[in-house]
Amino acid sequence: MTRAKAGAPRDAGKRTGLRAWLPLLRPGDWLTVGSAAAGVALLWLALGSSGPAQRAQIRAGGRLVAELPLTIRKTVEVAGPLGLTRIEVETGRARVASDPGPRQYCVRQGWLDRPNAIAICAPNEVSLTLAGTSVHDTVNY
Amino acid sequence: MTRSTIELIATEQDQRIARYAAAAIALGVAEAAIPSPLPGIKPGLANIVTLVVLARHGWREAAWVTGLRVLAGSLLLGQFLAPGFFLSLAGALASLAALAACVRLPSRWFGPVSMSVIAAFAHVGGQLVLARLWLVPHDAVFLLSPLFATAALLFGVVNGLAAARFLEGDAAGEVRHPS
Repeated sequence: MTRAKAGAPRDAGKRTGLRAWLPLLRPGDWLTVGSAAAGVALLWLALGSSGPAQRAQIRAGGRLVAELPLTIRKTVEVAGPLGLTRIEVETGRARVASDPGPRQYCVRQGWLDRPNAIAICAPNEVSLTLAGTSVHDTVNY
Repeated sequence: MTRSTIELIATEQDQRIARYAAAAIALGVAEAAIPSPLPGIKPGLANIVTLVVLARHGWREAAWVTGLRVLAGSLLLGQFLAPGFFLSLAGALASLAALAACVRLPSRWFGPVSMSVIAAFAHVGGQLVLARLWLVPHDAVFLLSPLFATAALLFGVVNGLAAARFLEGDAAGEVRHPS
């Protein structure tokens, strides 16, 4: 069997190092690689930069009623129009353990463990938000 | 008596596809031996073969080579019909779809590196979508996307350059024989 395509002429000997590879990129390739790199950078900024969650913020009727560090196990009960919403905080995570709301969306979300994660129990006007290290934009004293 | 012998004639094209597919399978199996810090992040060296076939013989043959590579590669690695096979298939189909669109780009401006990078991103995208729909039905899988996208960019460029280097001789040949 003959291999027609084998043994293509190579002039690799003339150029060395990275310079040898640069002519292989056509003008549009720089555009492709550049926009791909920008996209990757944006992805990292959007999804990769946040560190571990540090605090659990509990709001009732829009007001911050409790802010707990995610280092101590604790259960908090918050009163809303429908009744008591029970929130459990553990090391590194928190969840809405029970809620009087009809659809239970916030309970079914389960454990939250990432910064800016939020569980909203809308009928009972209670929300649980996790905050990371550098997110101070909603903290007031 | 009826003749029951079915004769399959392997055309020149069939043999060429088989040769390319064999090369791609060999690269894929060799690559499986390379340890990876994160399961699923691989250089995808077999895609160099796809890019070369795409440039030399068009999208149809590239699709054949890729399909055979995914199928036979998974059989060789004992992955056939395992989740890894479907992820690999989803990635291959997504990147072939992207390449089908890419071949319309003017080749004066966009070379194998563009094809490789775009196909690599499509590959990762297809895999993530399948993983989200089927394996990990939670948006948390997308938290891995920056990592996968970085790998796609890096290996996309490297594989594209390798394919471009491989095709360099073809271009020279074209100049000498314009027909």
